[in-house]
Amino acid sequence: MVAFKLGALFVAAAGFVMANAAVYAADAPNLNDPKIAKYVAGDKWSGYVTSTPETRKMQDDDFENPSFVWVDQARALWDKVDGKAGKSCASCHGEVEKLKGASTTYPKFVDKHNDLITVEHQIGICRTKYMEADAWKWEGDQMLGMSALVRLQSRGMPVNVSIDGKNKPFYEKGREFYYQRRGHFDFSCAHCHVDNYGNMIRSELLSHGMPNGFPQYRLKWQKLGSMHRRFRGCNKNTRAEPYKQGSPEYTALELYTMWRASGLPVETPAVRK
Amino acid sequence: MAKARIKVPSSAKKGEIFEIKTLMSHNMETGRRKDKKTGELIPRKIINKFECVYNGKTVFSADFHPSISANPYLAFSCRATESGKLEFRWTEDGGAVTSETKEIQVS
Repeated sequence: MVAFKLGALFVAAAGFVMANAAVYAADAPNLNDPKIAKYVAGDKWSGYVTSTPETRKMQDDDFENPSFVWVDQARALWDKVDGKAGKSCASCHGEVEKLKGASTTYPKFVDKHNDLITVEHQIGICRTKYMEADAWKWEGDQMLGMSALVRLQSRGMPVNVSIDGKNKPFYEKGREFYYQRRGHFDFSCAHCHVDNYGNMIRSELLSHGMPNGFPQYRLKWQKLGSMHRRFRGCNKNTRAEPYKQGSPEYTALELYTMWRASGLPVETPAVRK
Repeated sequence: MAKARIKVPSSAKKGEIFEIKTLMSHNMETGRRKDKKTGELIPRKIINKFECVYNGKTVFSADFHPSISANPYLAFSCRATESGKLEFRWTEDGGAVTSETKEIQVS
């Protein structure tokens, strides 16, 4: 009798697990859909995959994509002489199209600056050191636009960051951050984006956490925003104390998350909900 | 107001229906947000009217209300009747108007 009861229990338990699995399977995106093939690399997929058709359409059409308001402004700034050195971006770099592929390896350790730097840091260094002009705010319109313009040149090319050599300690640091529980909810990044991507967290479908489309236009923000702003949002959601944009913590995390996205195409400027 | 982005074909055949796309950069302040420091409401400032005028004749207009998202995008169709100018006008709360014109050749 006992054995029978136990058996029944097992059957019930198995049924419960299977029912759950069925729910999850329905939520998870269909990676074989040809419409999203570009945004899938192996078992990785970008947020485009789980976007609604309307949001995808906004990203697909460069006219409809509101990010291009910022990109157009940045394109005008590219040729504009500013600062005491009397230089513009174009004075050193020439046409912006020459930067094709440049952003795919960022963040990276640059010997000259003796630090791990992102595209935004590099733009800041160019502004203050080489142009001797005023620094741009990390989350300001000019910086976001310029970062998007530079990364746009590599759109479609696979993310290709290095985690060897001098990048390695920063990669380790970023990885540690990624798996470190933090905040009131005691969540690490990995709890959502490694263990539960494709599952629902209340009404939200958890993404794979791929940052290949930043700076991106979020409908929630109603403007272009940086990757570090997104990190801050995630940290706040788990009731953890966020770090500053451009901080060493987030720069290392950017390297780690970019490494996670290796092989996915650069989507900048992406549109997300 | 900042710059508008407009897409109009440079030429069209007489009688042809062509598509016009516009995107205006504007933060569409709803009037419901509070200043984080002072706690006071930020006054409403949205684009409340859009008009498209084809050689002096209004071919499309729209009244905007709060809850229209920032950087409003509009796409609409128009029939090509004669060569000339298409004028686009965005009117903001307070009466400021931004206008842009595009030319079209109709053959």
